[in-house]
Formats: sequence, structure tokens, C-alpha cells
Amino acid sequence: MLWMAAGAIANMDKKLETIVQALQENFGVTFEEFRGEIHVFMRVETIIEALTLLRDKYDFELLSAMTAIDFWPQNSPRFHVIYQLTSLARNLSLQLRVALEDGEPHIPTAVGVYEVANWRERELRDMFGIIPDGHPDLRILLLPEGWEDKHPLRKDFPLGYEEVQFTFNIDEINLRKHFAKE
Amino acid sequence: MAQLEEVSIEKFKHLVSERALTGETMLLNMGPQHPSTHGVLRLLLELDGETVVNCIPDIGYLHTGIEKNMEAKTYLKAEVMSDRLDYMNNLGNNLAYCMAVEKLVELDVPERAQAIRVILAELERINSHLVWLAAFGLDLAAMSVFLYCFREREIILDIKELISGQRMMTTYIRPGGLWRDVPVEFETAVRAFLKMFPKRVDEYEALMTRNPIFLDRLVGIGILDPATALQHGVTGPMLRASGVNWDLRKVRPYTGYEQYDFNVPVRSEGDTYARYIVRIEEMRESLKIIEQALNKLPLGPVRSDNRKFVPPPRSELGVSMEALIHHFKLWTEGFPAPDGSVYQAVESPRGELGVLLAGDGGAKPRRCHWRTPSFDNLSVLPKIVKGHLVADLVAILAAVDIVLGDIDR
Repeated sequence: MLWMAAGAIANMDKKLETIVQALQENFGVTFEEFRGEIHVFMRVETIIEALTLLRDKYDFELLSAMTAIDFWPQNSPRFHVIYQLTSLARNLSLQLRVALEDGEPHIPTAVGVYEVANWRERELRDMFGIIPDGHPDLRILLLPEGWEDKHPLRKDFPLGYEEVQFTFNIDEINLRKHFAKE
Repeated sequence: MAQLEEVSIEKFKHLVSERALTGETMLLNMGPQHPSTHGVLRLLLELDGETVVNCIPDIGYLHTGIEKNMEAKTYLKAEVMSDRLDYMNNLGNNLAYCMAVEKLVELDVPERAQAIRVILAELERINSHLVWLAAFGLDLAAMSVFLYCFREREIILDIKELISGQRMMTTYIRPGGLWRDVPVEFETAVRAFLKMFPKRVDEYEALMTRNPIFLDRLVGIGILDPATALQHGVTGPMLRASGVNWDLRKVRPYTGYEQYDFNVPVRSEGDTYARYIVRIEEMRESLKIIEQALNKLPLGPVRSDNRKFVPPPRSELGVSMEALIHHFKLWTEGFPAPDGSVYQAVESPRGELGVLLAGDGGAKPRRCHWRTPSFDNLSVLPKIVKGHLVADLVAILAAVDIVLGDIDR
């Protein structure tokens, strides 16, 4: 990954450059450029403030996507939470990122800024176990009801692995299984 | 055996009104097997008589772990999963995925492939809108519209079969171009469709647009204002029916959309009828794009000749040792993509379809996230159905145009 100071990217959109500079002055962020996209790395405490600033002052009306990337087995940072923002009025895109450590990652909820974050954050909690603090409706969204503390999109969650059941070990396997216990 | 919890009102206390707690209003399940929920969507409704007081959508019945599966496959093999997300927009999903891969590994696509991609994406848009119109008509008890729409859809499926041998899950668009060139009959088939289809749209309109029963059911129902729409991440025809002129094909042209002359239908009413009109108009605009693309379809290769990423054509395998090696390596090991992530969005029939593709330096993606338009479009439903009748809820839901495969992934 390449870390740069503002102004170091020669062909960055001028309109985007002022916004990134404003973020840098207010929050002291770092950013990277990859394939013409700007990824701004925020500290987790300042993310809500930054989203509010971008929405109100720089017309980023739309939170296009919100998701996470798991960097397992790397622990620090383990996750990147991604906020993909779109400004309709200025026709710009900007990606904010929050790096989170392993363990019990928490983010402050963005529902107050963008209501679309409601379902997106529930999905994050389901899939990655990243807990949005202050979320108004933190029920399971996509996974089955009663799903235990397992998060399928984490890299350490096995894919499609199903132990072969026989009559002599079915009880033992059922103890470990967290789905389809029939 | 897992402990099945009894569903109690306690769980939804913060989502329903206080009258539900005293039993004054009724809680009713709609779905997940209800025919007008377009798949397996469950809506928990709080009803006061027949009026919807609150609506709590419950999704996830069709969650198939596509994102997780894609992480376990190489970039070329993962593409087949993309067809199965939004099963009404298979080629559009292929397009979004391939464009993300091309952005990640910096592949160029030949012009002929780009033009064919545009034709196919627009045919798929018409296909998707036809299925939507069919189901929409069915939900409003217009059975014949359903049959007419499926009659025309059949022709599009035949065109897809002609080019790829498959009717739905074609995986025809590939990273770096197309699977193979279209057969000679393709142009004739598409031109025949172009000639026939405008009259058929007139037919649908004659049945529906000015029909008084239809107007009664739609006008002023489920009004969505632009500010709420943007807050909820609503995109596509639904956003344009609310008066926001935002179409990625126009504002951020991709695959050469800037060469074509077409309008973006926008309505300001924001009600169910406006959504209907916008989609009907979009079908006509798509026809314009297809015709222009077909008229100036350039000749040339349909896939990039960068052999490090794109498998060589079948004809070379028998005569070239290098081609055979590349073919073998690409389909077994795959190609490495750099450690970084790209976000690529295209305008699907339902809105902004985005792919966030992150590579890890190896042959498999670290993460492939699908920003699916139906997911966000559905999340606004509780806001717009409040105060309407249950029968109107069916109309509103039909006009949102959800695809459950797209929502649950």
C-alpha cells in the first residue's frame, strides 16, 4: 500500500482534492489512491463527524455501499469498514475507510447520518461481527433466526465444510454444528 | 435440535406502535410464501383494520452465501456466481463483475465487445422490465399483461440462447471481452425484435396506462420524496420517478454509453404510477440504444489478446503450444490480481449495481461485495406504505421491483 500526502497525486480530480484536503485539516487522515479511486483512512472516533461534514457541506447525499473487508490472518488491522459515498450534485465518489483491530470490533452507527446504514450495519453485524454501537434495531438480518455467534464472511469461517454424519457420531457433531440440526 | 424461540411482540416492540402492545391493532404475517412478495420475502404488518400502521420486512430466506463462495474461486470461475444473484439481470451482473475485474487488473476491452455488451445489457434491461411489468400486472389482477410480457420475453431469451446456448445463466460476458463472437443470425434476430417491440409496448400501454381501474390503484399511492429516497440509498427507476435525474449510463458513462443518444425518463410525482411510467419509457429508450449500437457495430476481435488474463480462443488450442499452456494455467491456477480494491458501479434495471472487488495478490479475490439495488430499494418500503391499505401495499411492493436473489445474495 502506498501512503501519500495530499497533493501528491498528480491527476486527482481538483474538486475531490479540496474535499480530501478539508478532511485532512479537520481529522488528520491519510489516504491512498488505487486505480483512480481515492480511499481515505479515518480514525474510528471521527467517522460520524466526517460523514456528517461530507453530507452537509460537500453534498455527498448517497451512501452507495457499506461493507467490510477481512484481512485475516493479519490482526492489526483485521478489518477495513468501507463507506462508499456518492455526490449527485457534484458527480463525485469518495471512499472512507476505518481500520479495526481483531477481537470485538465496534463502530459508531451511521444511521443518524444515512438511514440506509440501518440494514447495511445489521448485515455487517451478521456477516463480520462488527458491532454498530447505538444502532436502533440490531436484530439478525440475513442469517437464520437464532444464529449463534458465528460470522460467515470472516475469513476464519470455514466454507461449505460439512462433517459426515453417522449414527454413532451424530450427537457429537450436532453439538458442534450451528445450523441445520435436524 | 435448536431452540426455536416463540415469536413474541417483545422483539418488535421498538418497531410497532403502542396500540399493538394492547392488542388494539393486529400483527399479520405476509409471506414468506405469498405470491405477491415476488419470491420469499416476509412482511410483518401491523394493521388497523385494513390500514397498514407499520411494516417490518424480514429478508434472508434466499441467502445463498454467494459473496463467500466467490472468495473461494479464481476470478474467472467466480463469475458464474454473478449470474445467480439477480436472476432477472444475468448479463448486467456479468458486466458489472467483468468491469470490476478489468479495472483491478487493468485490462482493455475491444470496441466490438463493448458495443455487443451494450446491446446485451439493454436487451437484459428490457427483459427485466418485462418480467417486472408482468408481475406488476398480475398483482393488480391484469392477467393478460402477464402473458403478453412473457411472450416478448421469450424472444429475448431466444436471442440469449442463440449467442450462448443458455437462456438465463449465460456467463457470456467475460473479463476482457466476451466468451465468443455473436453468430451471424444475431443481428437479424435483434433487428426483428426492434421492429416488433415498439408496437407491443403500445399494446401494454393501451391495456394499462389510461385504464381507470389501474389509475385508481396507482396514482398518489406510495409517494416517495427525493430526500427520503437518497437517505435510504434508493437508486434506479425508483429514484428517477421521485424527480432525481441520476442515471449512471449518463453521468458516468461506461462501456461506451457516451456514444449513444438516449433520454433518461424522469418523473416528479414519486408515486407508484410514476414508477410504472418511468420503466415503460426506459424500455423505449433501450430500444434506441440497441438500434444505434447495432448500426455502428464495429468489426474486430471480441476479447482482449492479453493472454496473461484472457484465455485464448478455442481455435488456437489445437495448433499452438503456448495457447494450450495459457488455457491450462488460466483455468486451473487463475491469474494473480494486485493487492487493492476497486468499486465499479453500473446501472442495472433496478438501480446502481456496484461490485467492490478486493484482490490479495493471489488468484482469488479477498472480498467481492455486491452493492445490490433491490436491497436498498426495499429498505425504504416501511416508510412509503404507512397509512395505505393492504391492497395498496401489494401495488407499492410490485412497483419497487425487488428481486430476492439480489437482496439476499
